[in-house]
Amino acid sequence: MPDIKTEIMTVNMGPQHPSTHGVLRIVLELDGETVLSAAPTIGYLHTGIEKTIEQKKWQQVIPLVERMDYLSAQSNSLAYCLSVEQLLGVEVPERVRNIRVLIAELQRINSHLVWLGTHGMEVGAVSVMLYCFRERELLLNLNEMLAGFRMFPSYLRVGGLREDLPRGFHDAVRAFLDRFLPKLDEYEDLLTKNAIYLKRTQGVGVMSRDDAVAYGLVGPIARATGLDYDVRKYFPYLGYETYDFAVPTQTAGDVYARYLVRIAEMKESVKICRQALDRIAPVGVFAIDDPRITPPPKDRVYTEMEALIQHFLIYSQGFTVPAGEAYVPIEGPRGEHGFYVVSDGTNRPWRVKARAPSLLACQALEKMIVGGLIADVIAVIGSIDVVMGDVDR
Amino acid sequence: MAAAPPPSKAAPHPPAVAPPSGPPDPPPPADVPAPAFIASLQAAVSGSVSRVSYWLGDWTVVVPVAQVLQAAQHLRDAADAAFDFCSDVTATDWPPRAEGRFDVVYCLYSTRHRHRVRMKVIVGEQQPLPSVSGIWPAANWLEREVYDMFGVAFTGHPDRRRILMPEDWQGFPQRKDYPLEGPGELLMENPIDWLKLRQSREQADIE
Repeated sequence: MPDIKTEIMTVNMGPQHPSTHGVLRIVLELDGETVLSAAPTIGYLHTGIEKTIEQKKWQQVIPLVERMDYLSAQSNSLAYCLSVEQLLGVEVPERVRNIRVLIAELQRINSHLVWLGTHGMEVGAVSVMLYCFRERELLLNLNEMLAGFRMFPSYLRVGGLREDLPRGFHDAVRAFLDRFLPKLDEYEDLLTKNAIYLKRTQGVGVMSRDDAVAYGLVGPIARATGLDYDVRKYFPYLGYETYDFAVPTQTAGDVYARYLVRIAEMKESVKICRQALDRIAPVGVFAIDDPRITPPPKDRVYTEMEALIQHFLIYSQGFTVPAGEAYVPIEGPRGEHGFYVVSDGTNRPWRVKARAPSLLACQALEKMIVGGLIADVIAVIGSIDVVMGDVDR
Repeated sequence: MAAAPPPSKAAPHPPAVAPPSGPPDPPPPADVPAPAFIASLQAAVSGSVSRVSYWLGDWTVVVPVAQVLQAAQHLRDAADAAFDFCSDVTATDWPPRAEGRFDVVYCLYSTRHRHRVRMKVIVGEQQPLPSVSGIWPAANWLEREVYDMFGVAFTGHPDRRRILMPEDWQGFPQRKDYPLEGPGELLMENPIDWLKLRQSREQADIE
């Protein structure tokens, strides 16, 4: 048999590739179908939000940070608000904490639905995408009801919320949760025991537990390797320690394990949402009672001089934050998420740095795909759930 | 790499008052006991902790540049510290500070003991800082980002290139003296013409 001449081929995947979730570019070296090396290149979506933030007042930052990780907008603003509130030394009322928990968990379901839909589509299960986006539409409707915006509600504020919950919000969320649980079973029917899906995902993109920690991949990726690290349990914020929920883990560390973890997480989120709904009174306080930070109600602005002055001060020069630094981690849909906020004591931040879980996931991509097949690259990129807006910021 | 562009005409930050010369880094109050790993770090690596600070429940150790690698190694490997997870590496810019312009901040976390600490290193503009990417692989891209945005000169880094900005970019965008609106197209294509234009505009402003 004559020798077959082979050569190593270099393939440029992306940045304009439908399976790279935005503009991720990977330079792959292939020997046949095996990946010999992979070099992810990022930065195509860099918008300099962290630089822009330094020119804004503290409250004006919220719409900006929501656009970083555009699939979990309200998790970003929640993390930012918690850091700034720690610097301010204020604590929001219990009703606000519970509403924030509800919003954060709905956002988690929202983000996981986009992940499941796109990941399913990329490995060939197109109908999953249609199913997931159908339910996500309902969540976006809830956002619209809440704040008037669908993708970036900017509903959270430093010191509370922008306004009270709209009338009928409780019923709308309950109706969604009742509808969502059976639909989640439908997605599982499509994938969990699907022979093709199992072949595409089991044993693919394996990450060991130690590697996951060393590469900073906490969140669903680490929980798929057996590490039960969840910020909500380890460093409770917003009163998560009073909620009854489990932290689902798997031990295989492959794409399929990550799928199982995220599906189970959505179920836990539904549980938390129901508990939060039971605790939230339909009408009540929605911000801290601090005249430096919270603007007065509109009817008082029109009738009282003091309220008018207070309104003017808050909207013209904003509030100052004591000098210092804070980092409050939260459990975002992609893992530990937080803002390292530095204040110099003025009304604008000195430095705001987002800890971007997607950036670290992107970094570890090389580790997961080298040695595997090129077809698995797509499955792995889908499973780590990167959002390029979060990677590049 | 070319020097950073001259300060912009845009409103300085913070407006109308002198820029701060560094973070407050308050020392811990007497009634808050320092965690044991700080004492053991001091004992194991002599001169490794130049200052300890405590603020809002977070501990910060300030480490001199010369001891960064030893201190990081100790914090990861010592049984009472066990910081196996480097959550973030970032920097802050304090231009007027005499002892060094940048604070490079490492946010560390231990999955075994469930505690956190911030390690802070003060470096100057041209001062080399050893890379910790051999100790925490996660720090690799994070340090690249710090180099890209601030121009901190990491040494021993396996792949010190720009990560977010294009490779031929001039200047370091997150520095406080870098203009918000960016240098514009002309700087990218012809830096000398850009400088002349800038000077002529400043001259016009004075006149």
